[in-house]
Amino acid sequence: MTSQVSQRRKLVVVGNGMAAGRMLEDLFARAPGAYDVTIFGAEPRVNYDRIMLSPVLSGEKVYEDIVIHGDGWYAENGIDLKRGEKIVAIDRAGRTVTSSAGTVVAYDELVIATGSDPFVIPVPGNALPGVVTFRDLDDVEKMLAAAAKGGDAVVIGGGLLGLEAAAGLAQKGMKVTVVHLMPILMERQLDQNAAYLLKKAIEKRGITIETGANTTAILGDGKVEAIKLEDGRTLPADLVVMAVGIRPNAALAKSAGLAVERGIVVDDHLATSDPAISAVGECVQHRGQCYGLVAPLYEMGKVLAARLAGETGAGYAGSITSTKLKVTGVDLFSAGDFSEGDDTDEVVLRDPSRGVYKRVILRDGRIVGAVLYGDVADGSWYFDLIKKQADVSEMRETLIYGQAFQGGGAALDPVAAVAALSDDAEICGCNGVSKGTIVAAITAKGLTTLDEVRAVTKASASCGQCTAKVEAVLAATLGDAYAAASRKPMCKCTDLTHEEVRERIVAKELKSVPAVMQELGWKTSCGCPSCRPALNYYLIAAWPGEYRDDLQSRFVNERLHANIQKDGTFSVVPRMWGGLTTAAELKAIGEIAEKHQVPLVKMTGGQRVDFLGIPKERLTAIWKDLNDAGMVSGHAYSKGLRTVKTCVGKSWCRFGTQDSMGLGVKLEKLMCGSWTPAKVKLAVSGCPRNCSEATVKDIGVICVDSGYDIHIAGAAGLHVRATDLLGHVDTEEEALEVCAAVLQAYREGAVYLDRLYKWSEKVGLDTIRARIIDDLAERRALYDRFMISQRAVRKDPWAERVAGRELHEFMPLAKLDIIPAPAAE
Amino acid sequence: MTDAKQYWFDLGPLSAIPKRGARTVQVPRRDIAVFRTANDEVFALENRCPHKGGPLSEGIVHGRKVACPLHNWVIDLESGNATGADHGCARSFPIKIENERVFIDMGVAAAP
Ligand code: SRM
Ligand SMILES: Cc1cc2nc3c(=O)[nH]c(=O)nc-3n(C[C@H](O)[C@H](O)[C@H](O)COP(=O)(O)OP(=O)(O)OC[C@H]3O[C@@H](n4cnc5c(N)ncnc54)[C@H](O)[C@@H]3O)c2cc1C
Ligand code: SF4
Ligand code: FES
Repeated sequence: MTSQVSQRRKLVVVGNGMAAGRMLEDLFARAPGAYDVTIFGAEPRVNYDRIMLSPVLSGEKVYEDIVIHGDGWYAENGIDLKRGEKIVAIDRAGRTVTSSAGTVVAYDELVIATGSDPFVIPVPGNALPGVVTFRDLDDVEKMLAAAAKGGDAVVIGGGLLGLEAAAGLAQKGMKVTVVHLMPILMERQLDQNAAYLLKKAIEKRGITIETGANTTAILGDGKVEAIKLEDGRTLPADLVVMAVGIRPNAALAKSAGLAVERGIVVDDHLATSDPAISAVGECVQHRGQCYGLVAPLYEMGKVLAARLAGETGAGYAGSITSTKLKVTGVDLFSAGDFSEGDDTDEVVLRDPSRGVYKRVILRDGRIVGAVLYGDVADGSWYFDLIKKQADVSEMRETLIYGQAFQGGGAALDPVAAVAALSDDAEICGCNGVSKGTIVAAITAKGLTTLDEVRAVTKASASCGQCTAKVEAVLAATLGDAYAAASRKPMCKCTDLTHEEVRERIVAKELKSVPAVMQELGWKTSCGCPSCRPALNYYLIAAWPGEYRDDLQSRFVNERLHANIQKDGTFSVVPRMWGGLTTAAELKAIGEIAEKHQVPLVKMTGGQRVDFLGIPKERLTAIWKDLNDAGMVSGHAYSKGLRTVKTCVGKSWCRFGTQDSMGLGVKLEKLMCGSWTPAKVKLAVSGCPRNCSEATVKDIGVICVDSGYDIHIAGAAGLHVRATDLLGHVDTEEEALEVCAAVLQAYREGAVYLDRLYKWSEKVGLDTIRARIIDDLAERRALYDRFMISQRAVRKDPWAERVAGRELHEFMPLAKLDIIPAPAAE
Repeated sequence: MTDAKQYWFDLGPLSAIPKRGARTVQVPRRDIAVFRTANDEVFALENRCPHKGGPLSEGIVHGRKVACPLHNWVIDLESGNATGADHGCARSFPIKIENERVFIDMGVAAAP
């Protein structure tokens, strides 16, 4: 054992991937000839650019194009590359490694760069032929072979890798479905707005996307044939690509007894728990972080190379990462932290006509994150500003327009800015209307209002994003003669009014909150407590059965199907159809109140019983008991149908003319569960003495000898307003149909939170009468649409909750009577 | 030892809290609301509105704020301060996410 001072030290590298390659390049530049290098690579080839496997799959590149280090590089640097030889053991005491082929090599310094393993979800059938991962060239070759035969491909995972695989396979002619567990694509890198645009772009390529879909099994006899989803559906598949994530490949290090958590634990100088062994790349865990992108690996490589070269430099301090999706034609960039808050300030730019969404997030005058879709030219500029933590307060006004815009100066007065534009400058992108066209229309036709300009030129009539610009053109053209109409925007997140938003949701077939916010140019990224519940309602009303209710956009009462009280407890009001009850029901109510020690039982002003003071955690138990006794939610909490009060009517009363109780029950059963812009209350009185107070209800029916008088637009709350008589019908069927048609017209037309009387005052009683009393076809159509939307809601929300829907709502995350002692470190 | 020692207690996976929503943690001295924003940040505040004690966990979460369900005060999730014209503060507690799990500092959360 004579070790000579002049003898070169032995460096052994396990893994011939991107991190190892870059680290060695750095090392050779810093300390040429310092080591004898041996590399073991499990793959039977030289080092290639793994990132570029996506273009190889799509056919835009071939393997030769993506080689990083050809045979020449290994020869020049005197590297002994052992291709296709996997290291199976490390002997730390003896400082040797052993390969799968039995080769034993001694080391002075060992570098582990084993990358990651793709994660395979543990479902039955995951080992069937035809199920592949997406990690190396062999995987790509398998996919290309499958694609040559055509057929169906299912990609599990809607992240970066999954979408690149999907796009590649679609380009190769397969019919592709992406199955993604989360509600939005690339949820780690994108906010919901960018994810919405991405989904649209991917779907345009003929790729089907199933979000919120959980794969439970892979089916097939001898080879893959289909996958099975949790909701019971099966999707045909000749090829299944698993792209659900990666795991640091740390098995070798672990079996050698090195410290391993999620990845191989390294310090700031990339040393493992054994000072003779370092690790670099995706296999490591540094300050609790594992990385899956190349930029951090390159930074690590530099630090490790410096140490191996004997330099003492600053250590590695972790990385901020940025992401780009490599699908041709889809421009997407995200970097840093894009959470928002009081101390953060965001600048959003949306250009619906070009499909552009840009969002830059600032904290204390510095950019902390950016999401760009459709126009990513400035991605690297923003990323650089993030990394440098540069103070950008000076350019805040113009920041969102990008680097080219800087040096421009202060924000202009919008009217002056528009006045300065040339006549052919485009004002409305959606409809291609220039400033000149608008000015000509204003002067030639004597237009004075925004609505007139919209009607004549179409400017701002689509997405509405340019409304402010059109108003500025009006102001610039008419001068003082133009007084902006008293338009009331929905909230500070948009310039559009409620009516305009509703119209556009239907006209542009917008079917989700992110879709509305993007296409209509919302100025915030996730809305506010005022617009979110409104949009949620408008979408429910426009797309019954199709739109999925967003519980987090609902006021607590509607989310929990109970009214919150001043002390944080809740009240529970079961339905008593038409104000009727039975001895059995009353007994059950008594027993349930006793069993749950309900603090107060009260008759409401709506002819039913209220349990008050129920703690949240008790709600489901009480509902279950009420359900078991045949009672359901009374929706006393909803912007929806509350009560239908009745008087006894013809069945008992000496003055009664019709079966008011029967009609009341029928109305309540017909309308129960519907969501409306504000609460809706009905009453049916058996005669004009009106004992059920029908003339102060949203819809009131007064029975008369000859039939039924239908009244609408009453209220007896903050404002007391007697109803208006809408019309008279002869039969009970007609009465039901007219009432439902009124309710549907109100649902479709009213501004969120307007009671029925406000809507009626806005559109005019005559208009409503013409639509519903005079026009039979229209009445019928409204009625039919009402019935369609009722199909989606005729379920008892209490029963759904008792059965387990979002049950977590009713349970604390943790409940600790005694705090357990901290576990020993 | 009576000093406030850091003691990170595992509350379970982040996915147990709805996005733009909240869950509560009950400890002997108080209820704590744990919020999750649209961007997967978590915050912990005492579950009592500085106005009249409303349960903040039931409010609508938007951005890094929550609107109290009782009278609509808007509370900043990070500091617990009421925003706008209102004044008051809900106490906030140290909380963090690690490996997709949520941890609260019980040393502080359970202390008097
Ligand atoms: C329970 C009840 C009082 C009672 O003990 O009788 C009641 C209780 C509340 N009413 Fe009422 N109203 C009750 C009948 C009424 C009536 C009488 C009626 O329906 O015949 C009216 C006048 C009729 C009307 O609506 O036009 C009435 C007009 C209001 C108003 C004013 C509405 C308006 O547009 O002007 C409000 C405030 C609101 O909704 O914004 C309100 C709001 C409330 C709220 C929901 C306040 C709140 O937001 O927390 C109360 C909930 C307490 C709870 O948790 O139960 N309540 N409220 C009645 C429940 C009826 C039911 O069985 O569902
Ligand atoms: C399709 C695809 C697209 C991607 N796109 C991007 C992108 O756009 N941007 C980005 O930043 N990143 C992207 N990545 C991620 C990027 O490729 C990785 O972060 C990077 O390759 C990791 O480098 P590494 O050296 O740590 O691991 P690898 O490159 O995986 O190298 C590890 C090597 O070690 C070998 N090995 C493992 N165990 C042993 C053993 N016991 N003995 C010998 N050899 C072993 C492996 O076979 C492998 O060749 C993409 C990845 C894929 C698969
Ligand atoms: S009138 Fe209605 S809102 Fe007012 S205290 Fe009574 S129940 Fe509450
Ligand atoms: S108790 Fe929160 S706003 Fe009143």
